[in-house]
Amino acid sequence: MKILVTVKRVPDPYAKVVPNTAGTDIAREGLQWAINPFDEIALEEAIRIKEAGKANEIVAVSIGGDECQEQLRTALAMGADRAVLIQITEWLDPTSIAHVLTRIYQREQPQLILMGKQAIDTDDNQVGQMLAALLDLPQATFASKIHIENGTATVERETDAGIETIRVPLPAIITADLRLNQPRYVALTGIVRARSKPLEVLPLAELGIAPQVRVRLLAVERPPARQAGKRVADVRELVRLLKEEARVI
Amino acid sequence: MRTITLRGGEFLLREVEPAQVFTPEDFTSEDLLLAQAAEEFVRGEVQPRNEAIEKQEEGLTVRLLKKAGELGLLGADLPEAFGGLELPKTTSTLIAEKMSLQASFAVSWGAHVGIGTLPILFFGTPEQKQKYLPRLAKGELIAAFALSEANCGSDPLSARTKATLAPDGKHYLLNGEKMWTTNAGWADLFIVFAKVDGEKFTAFIVERGFPGVSVGREEHKMGIKGSSTRRVILDNAQVPVENVLHEIGKGHHVAFGVLNIGRFKLAAAALGGSKEALTIATRYAKERQQFGQPIANFGLIKHKLAEMATQIYALESTVYRTAGMLDEVFHGIDPLAPDANAQYREADEEYPVECAILKVFGSEVLDYVADETVQIHGGFGYTEEFHAAQIYRDSRINRIFEGTNEINRLLMLDQLMRRALKGKLPGLMEAAQAIRAELNQPQMPTPDPIDPLEAIGKYIVNAKKAILMTAGMAVEQVGTELEEKQEIVAHLADCLIQLYAMESVWLRTRKLQQKGLDITIPLAMTRVFAYEAFDTIEAHARRALHAFAEGDMLQILLAALKRYTRRTSEVNTMALRRQIADYVLQHERAWMAGGK
Repeated sequence: MKILVTVKRVPDPYAKVVPNTAGTDIAREGLQWAINPFDEIALEEAIRIKEAGKANEIVAVSIGGDECQEQLRTALAMGADRAVLIQITEWLDPTSIAHVLTRIYQREQPQLILMGKQAIDTDDNQVGQMLAALLDLPQATFASKIHIENGTATVERETDAGIETIRVPLPAIITADLRLNQPRYVALTGIVRARSKPLEVLPLAELGIAPQVRVRLLAVERPPARQAGKRVADVRELVRLLKEEARVI
Repeated sequence: MRTITLRGGEFLLREVEPAQVFTPEDFTSEDLLLAQAAEEFVRGEVQPRNEAIEKQEEGLTVRLLKKAGELGLLGADLPEAFGGLELPKTTSTLIAEKMSLQASFAVSWGAHVGIGTLPILFFGTPEQKQKYLPRLAKGELIAAFALSEANCGSDPLSARTKATLAPDGKHYLLNGEKMWTTNAGWADLFIVFAKVDGEKFTAFIVERGFPGVSVGREEHKMGIKGSSTRRVILDNAQVPVENVLHEIGKGHHVAFGVLNIGRFKLAAAALGGSKEALTIATRYAKERQQFGQPIANFGLIKHKLAEMATQIYALESTVYRTAGMLDEVFHGIDPLAPDANAQYREADEEYPVECAILKVFGSEVLDYVADETVQIHGGFGYTEEFHAAQIYRDSRINRIFEGTNEINRLLMLDQLMRRALKGKLPGLMEAAQAIRAELNQPQMPTPDPIDPLEAIGKYIVNAKKAILMTAGMAVEQVGTELEEKQEIVAHLADCLIQLYAMESVWLRTRKLQQKGLDITIPLAMTRVFAYEAFDTIEAHARRALHAFAEGDMLQILLAALKRYTRRTSEVNTMALRRQIADYVLQHERAWMAGGK
């Protein structure tokens, strides 16, 4: 079985992100970057499936600029066998990313696509579902447990109502939630071994696709500063303020 | 013969170009990935267990070391043939920096991979290497280095531990007690030094399980409480003859041979610890409110943060420049070659002066940073409720172990002289003579260049001459008594430390500039550091001259010193430091090159 895992480059989850001075994007200067944590969980799951003898190849794919090679190298160091970078020069919206991924799917023909449920930079939570629709494949989102057996995946997903267990025939798209697993530390030995693993760089044009971007990023701004609290003299004043100023009662 | 940019000690005589030195900005993305892997391990597994480590929870440090071994974190410096990763010295130094974010663990790790493991790599027989190194690389065995004794610390050759050949001719019987052995509580093997027949100082590989080997109780230390420090007791300890390490009577090669690298690595560890402390101090300064505002707003707090960042930048520049030099001499040694050990030894013996400089400079930068971290925390810094107190306690040992800073200061001049006598420092005598000739010529003072980096370049050239002049005169005037007049030697050592750091900073900032990177903050730090270093060099040289010359001779020498330390430019260190502090406050860390 071949598993395709998506790897998005995002700002380090612990980095302090601020808008740039023009307010057109985040300030990228000096930022640390990482694999989207949900993608990392998806990759870890793929590695565990392979270690259990249920898969023989893991392909990591990223869509972005050349700098994404760093995250793909990390993916190779963790245990992916191959990596593919689809080079883009313009930002793509979730629909376009899903369209690009359909081409990767056709090219690679994996039996399983594992993705993070969302990326922590834009928090869209759309690509997995869109990709399933475009490919007309079953989907199991927000997976917190995955069991692969005889060409089907049994997936537990965390919902507000409780844990839901679903079964999907493969090939399918599964998106990883936070509690699916705890990704391993990257071993130095793995990094050194990754030197000889293939990392293919494909310009978007070579996939024969020209996505129509329908979402535009208008502005990036700080959330409004929280206003200082106010001391009130008694309950009577509190109720009055809640009614008249806050207008919540 | 491989090409070496600068031989050991040659920095005092020659100029190099920025392109010839290694800087942290030269790391590849793979190097950074390796460092990140080390950092994630320490932040994820080690730091959260700080309290348990400090209490020496049973088995914890060994478990962490074994886990580090599984991840390859014990094998950076070892050849692939012996289970290591065979990384360049630059990369292994970066890993050492990242492994040092919890001081006790850093010491346990450092003793294992450094003075515990390297003696076998540098001096072992092929059989010893094959038997021990792969298991040390994996963490299956933990190593320790047992040299000091109760009455023999700075003077290791006075050791009293004895080795006698047993009547069976197959074993040595070792008797004696070693002190301050790091990792003793959990080590599986010890590099032990003993005198064969009470005379021939010799190294042995001693397994913990050999009959007659035991360890004492834990020492109650001021800091690095989570590291194990015990006596190793050898009571007719039976050590097979094949466990003699290197030649009988040549134990001093082993003892001193790994200390250079050990001293260098200590500076890398001090760098990691200093950066961590700066971040902690900065966050506290931003949180702590006094007079209705964060104390970070105040000039004297900004001064401290900026000075910490500047010292860290200087240490970092110095550490990685030296790592690059070490890499030049260690690179390409075939670990399986019949003369591999001789090659390792030659490489290791190239930079004792630079390694001693780094040991002193690194430990003193860390001490300064730790001290100011406590100071910024005020009264809270004096309680164990905050991490600052632990940083302060943990820092202190660095000025003591791996050769006290006093011993290392004395070593610098001693090693320079030895290298010169052995012909390993060509040009020293010529340089000293050229200065003498130059001093005999009248010279019209010229104004300093306006460009700050050019001006600093001129000061570096002049500082070298001032130091060569002072050291040369000290050797000539004081002669053999110089060994006894340690104060003069220490003044010269401080000159060398400041010069080496000042030049390393200057070269790095110029390299940044040549790479087209933003040098606003590096330039500010370079100016603050270089001007003060130049002042410090002048002051130490002046005091050295006063210590051995008098009358007309003193006046002539002081005039000569003035000629080389005169400067016509000055800097506004207050304004520069505020600029540096604002960077530190914004990023909550020491300076690093921005994204691409």
